[in-house]
Amino acid sequence: MKPPLLRLENLTLGYDRHPAVHHLDIEIPAGALLAVVGPNGAGKSTLLKGIAGELRALGGHIHLNCRPRTQVAYLPQRGELDFSFPVSVFEMVAMGLWHEIGAFGRVGDEHLHRIEAALDAVGLSGFEARPIGSLSGGQMQRVRFARLILQDAPLILLDEPFAALDARTVADLMQLILAWHREGRTILTVVHDLDQVRRHFPTCLLLAREPVAFGPTAQVLTEPLLGHARRLSEAFDEEAAVCHRPEDAHADDAHAGEAHA
Amino acid sequence: MIDFFLAPFVDFAFMRRALAGCLALALGATPVGVFLLLRRMSLMGDAMSHAILPGAALGYLAFGLSLAAMTVGGILAGLAVVLLAGLVTRSSVLKEDASLATFYLLSLAAGVMIVSLRGNNLDLLHVLFGSVLALDDASLLLIAAIASLTLFGLALLLRPLALECFDPAFLRGVSRLSPVAHYGFLALVVFNLVAGFHALGTLMAVGIMILPAAAARVWTRRLGPLLATASALAFASALAGLLLSFHADVPAGPAIVLMCGLAYLASLLLAPDGVLAARLPARSHLES
Repeated sequence: MKPPLLRLENLTLGYDRHPAVHHLDIEIPAGALLAVVGPNGAGKSTLLKGIAGELRALGGHIHLNCRPRTQVAYLPQRGELDFSFPVSVFEMVAMGLWHEIGAFGRVGDEHLHRIEAALDAVGLSGFEARPIGSLSGGQMQRVRFARLILQDAPLILLDEPFAALDARTVADLMQLILAWHREGRTILTVVHDLDQVRRHFPTCLLLAREPVAFGPTAQVLTEPLLGHARRLSEAFDEEAAVCHRPEDAHADDAHAGEAHA
Repeated sequence: MIDFFLAPFVDFAFMRRALAGCLALALGATPVGVFLLLRRMSLMGDAMSHAILPGAALGYLAFGLSLAAMTVGGILAGLAVVLLAGLVTRSSVLKEDASLATFYLLSLAAGVMIVSLRGNNLDLLHVLFGSVLALDDASLLLIAAIASLTLFGLALLLRPLALECFDPAFLRGVSRLSPVAHYGFLALVVFNLVAGFHALGTLMAVGIMILPAAAARVWTRRLGPLLATASALAFASALAGLLLSFHADVPAGPAIVLMCGLAYLASLLLAPDGVLAARLPARSHLES
C-alpha cells in the first residue's frame, strides 16, 4: 500500500461545539478514489471543508502529506457563485492557473493552449467568450471541472459534483474523475447515488456524523451498515452533554476499530 | 455653439480646475464604484461616505478649513469604521450591512455635532456639498494623487477582487489574498470618498461612483468595457454638469450628480440590459 496522503487523526469537526464529523480516524492512501457517502447532515460536506482548510477542527488533527492550498483543489457545492458577475468562461477557467500566474502573472501562449485543452476536455470548446451568466447548470459544472483540470492538484475534493445534473453530464464528469484517478491523483467525492459508487469508486467512507465504515466499497455499502447509518443521523441535540471520548487517538482502540469496520 | 461648450473653460481657470478634478474622479472613483456595484455594496458606499465625516470634522475643528487636516481625519475615520465594522461582522451575529450601518450612523451624528461646535452653516455646507468650483492646487493634486493610487491599486487587486466578487470560495481555496482584496478595496473606497468629498462633498461623492457604474452595467457584460464605459460616462456627465452649472447658475456638485443620473436614466431606457429592452416585443429567436 502506498503511504497515506491524508491522515485524519481522531478528527472532530463541527459548528458551535456541535460535532458534524465525530472522532474520525482514517488514513487515505495516495491515489485513492474515495466516495464519501451518508445521509443528509452526516457531515460529508463538513469533512471536505475541514480538509480544504475552510473550517478549524474542534478536536484531533488533519495530516496532509502535500501542501495545503497549492496542492489541494476543492470544489464546493454551487451556492456561493455570483452568476451575474461580468466574467467570461475563458476568464473563469483561466483562474485554475492561479498557482502559476498568481494575482498578476501574464497568461502566456502555453497557458492559452492548456486552457483550450481543458475546455475541450469538458466538451466546451468554442464557449470561451460566453459570459458565465448565460450557461446552463450542466455547462457551469463543466466549466468548474475545466478549472479543476488546470489546478492540476494531487488531492481533489469534490462536494456533490453530480447534484442536479443530467445523466449525460454525470457520465462525462465521471470519466474526468476516472482519468484523474488513472493519473494517480487522490480524489474524495461526496456522492449520493450508491449504484454509481459501486460501479466506479473502489473505496468508500460511510458517515453518519459518527464514522460508520471505511474500506472497499463492497464491504461498506451493505444493508446492515447503511441501516445503521440511517439510524445514527439525527439532528443536533441542543442539550447535548460534553463529549468525553479521549482526544488521544491511540488511547481509543475500540473506537478506531469501529471506524475501520 | 462652440462658445457654449468651450468659452467657460477657456475664459475661467476655476472651470478648468473643476474639469481636471472631475477627470481624476472619473478615472479613480468611478472604477471603484463599479466594484462596489458588482459586490452589491452600492449602498455601503453611501454609508461609508457618512463615516468619514467626523474625521474630517475633527480636522476642521482643530485646524479650520485645512486640506491636510480634513483629509487625514477623513481617511482615518473611514478606515476605522471599515475595520470596526469588519471586526463586528466577523465576531458577532450581525451581518456586514448592519455593523456598517451602526458605525456610520454614530459617525454621522458625531460629525454633524463636531462641525456645529465651531464655525457657521457655510462651513457645514462646504463639508456636505464640496466646492468643485473652488479647487486650489493642493486639492487638485490630492484628488489626482488619489486617482493614480486607485488605478495602481485596482491593477494590483483586479484578479483577487474579481474572484472575491464572483467566487469567494475559490479564492479562499487557492490563496490567502481574500482579506487583502477585501480590506484593500475598502481602503480604496475610503480614499476615493475623501477625494470626492473635497470636490462634491460627503453627500454627493458617492454619486459619481455609483451612478455611472450602474449606467454602464446595462450596456455591457464584460468587466473591461464596463470599467471604461463607466469612466467615460462619469467624465461626460461631469462636463455636462459643469456647463449646466455655469450657464444656468446652479451649484456644480448637484448639477454633476444630476447629469450622472440623467446618463443612468437614459441608459436604462436605451441599453440592451435596461428596462425598456426587456419590455420590447421579443425579436425572433435564433436557431441555437
